[in-house]
Amino acid sequence: MADSETPLLDELEEGPWPSFVKEMKRAAEKNEAAKDLLRQLERSYVDKVGHWKHGGIVGVKGYGGGVIGRYSDLPEEFPAVAEFHTMRVNMPSGWFYNTKKLRELCDVWDKHGSGLTNMHGATGDIILLGTSTDHLQPCFDDLAEIGFDLGGSGSDMRTPSCCVGPGRCEWACIDTLELLYDLTMTYQDQLHRPMFPYKSKMKISGCPNDCVAAVPRSDIAIVGTWRDKIRIDPVEVANYANDGLDIVQEVVMLCPTRCMTWDGKTKTLTIEDAECNRCMHCINLMPKALRPGVERGATILVGGKAPIVHGALLSWVIVPFMKIEPPYTELKELLDKIWEWWDENGKMRERLGELINRLGMRNFLKAVGLPAVPQMVKAPRANPYYFWDPEEVK
Amino acid sequence: MATRTDFGPPYFRDMLPPVIQKNYGQWKYHERIKPGLLVHVAESGDRLWTVRVGSPRLVSTDWIREVCDIADQFCDGHLRFTSRHNVEFLVSDEAKVEPLIAYLQEHGYPVGGTGHAITNPVHTQGWIHCHTPATDASGIVKAVMDELYEYFVDWKLPAYCRVSLACCLNMCGAVHCSDVAILGIHRKPPVINHDVVRAKCEIPNVIAACPTGAIRPDPKTKSLIVNEEKCMYCGNCYTMCPGMPLADPVGDGVSIWVGGKVSSARTPPKFSRLVIPYLPNNPPRWPETTAAVKNIIETWAKHARKHERMGEWIDRIGWERFFTLAGIEFKPQLIDDFTLAPETYRSTPTFKW
Repeated sequence: MADSETPLLDELEEGPWPSFVKEMKRAAEKNEAAKDLLRQLERSYVDKVGHWKHGGIVGVKGYGGGVIGRYSDLPEEFPAVAEFHTMRVNMPSGWFYNTKKLRELCDVWDKHGSGLTNMHGATGDIILLGTSTDHLQPCFDDLAEIGFDLGGSGSDMRTPSCCVGPGRCEWACIDTLELLYDLTMTYQDQLHRPMFPYKSKMKISGCPNDCVAAVPRSDIAIVGTWRDKIRIDPVEVANYANDGLDIVQEVVMLCPTRCMTWDGKTKTLTIEDAECNRCMHCINLMPKALRPGVERGATILVGGKAPIVHGALLSWVIVPFMKIEPPYTELKELLDKIWEWWDENGKMRERLGELINRLGMRNFLKAVGLPAVPQMVKAPRANPYYFWDPEEVK
Repeated sequence: MATRTDFGPPYFRDMLPPVIQKNYGQWKYHERIKPGLLVHVAESGDRLWTVRVGSPRLVSTDWIREVCDIADQFCDGHLRFTSRHNVEFLVSDEAKVEPLIAYLQEHGYPVGGTGHAITNPVHTQGWIHCHTPATDASGIVKAVMDELYEYFVDWKLPAYCRVSLACCLNMCGAVHCSDVAILGIHRKPPVINHDVVRAKCEIPNVIAACPTGAIRPDPKTKSLIVNEEKCMYCGNCYTMCPGMPLADPVGDGVSIWVGGKVSSARTPPKFSRLVIPYLPNNPPRWPETTAAVKNIIETWAKHARKHERMGEWIDRIGWERFFTLAGIEFKPQLIDDFTLAPETYRSTPTFKW
């Protein structure tokens, strides 16, 4: 038997966790590019550096984004990955699939690309990993035939994503799946044609558990919440206690607002709803007994991002509560105003949160027409450096 | 043929199994039956079982077809993926649940990732497909998850635990709010190739890209100068200009960050904090990184109270106690000196020895 060309990677075929090296080898049996990808990766494992060149602009007709150009810096050694571009394909809301659709996708990708994918990329797209320039347009045309469009890349609205929502979760305070589809369709131009100062990410979670990390990971986060009372089924509360849940230690003591009391004799849980901040902890622990209220909507937060350029930010509350119902007019008007202000004022590669930091939350709120409310801050300012509009001083 | 554009993704409702179509928005409660198995119960009384398995994220079309075969056999052709690269098989027929789990376990699919477990690490491309990585992604995740496998398939932890990896500061994996984050870093300033800078780069944009103001124009060479004392190796200049590469086999490696969270349950979302500023790139199994992650998770598991996420546990005991319990040396790099640094300095003499 010939010695393996990839002794280092071969070690990653062992062990209980599923092996990406096995997947690469399966693809390599059918595809030369996948084979060269494996060989080039082995080379990186020896050299301890990557072997992809910087950038390269490629795309499909009519779009400015959705394809990431990628070229090997060792094209003579690994000719089949000399061009090895990524296509970002917009996933269905909530990453729900039927097998027919997934098989059609596999057929298209086996015809045009390496046969390797990410299910899914970190932003949410289906990532088709590796094809040559001449296959991009035919691949897109075949994807269009089976109903898959491209996602975002570059300085555009990136492919938005959402949690499983009302598809399978009793805590969904908004219809995340339908809202995501509607916003994706409404903003196809912003998704496909980069025209912003930088990327703009939007994520939708149905409750404050935030299963898609909207608050840390998106410029515009829409997070479901409610305004009325937690719904209690007292019999089920008692059942949880009888089944061994320590309601005092595990629920009441961990409540951040201490808005609950437990009467162990009568096995009664009392919630002072006006003091509840809707963190979800008690509901998470007792889903059969406690449920979000019925007057539901979303909190809108903006500014979240990863470190590049000026440091990571978590999103900030700008609208404590908004009703989220089709045709979502109030939300879309707000989105349009936010993007317009950012587009007018943002420097190249300045994310929304960084622009708000530079020009001030005060200017942002004024531009998008939102009132200042205490829910926006953890605490008021502790310094005496603040502005007045001249018309306020009369 | 005119190319069709702007038609959007497939409509999700066409993908939903009948039990979801019928009970959409009408779910009443759910139960975690055992690791990897959930049941959701609708107001109608209908039930939907979910069996979750971890995937390697980087998968072949053959793997997708295999997963489809399984979904055809047990789930009438319906499945979904999670935001952390897990597959969820959606089962409407209770009789098929245990046979499905048995089939998956027999064929090497890790069933788990729900409840008080480590779920699938979110990660980036690394050396497989990225042009700015400081480390690999899939390789480290594979090595780490081989070590932590028992915590994926079983409930042995005090609370949820999210491990994430990003191969450079761009953080495509947005790891900055994870219980344990593995982040690729550079440690050397860019090596300027003046010919490439002159030919391919917009000099003002490169200067503006530097968060520490370390780059200035060099009129003599019509290129750029980097003030190496101010450079924090973020790689932003290289993103803007191919003439400023930072990748280096000695300089590059891995840093470890802990205590972040995304959910607002109990406490607000938190950033992860740096606890190990550098570990070497040591492929194929990154033993130093794997050992560090395992140590941190097992130290937390041993000392935290039930429901206490990594960051909540550390907030209770104090960071100084974290370092003694975890046996991690406190290095000068852990003290912030970027833009909001003073917020992290202590202003009280109340602390632990």
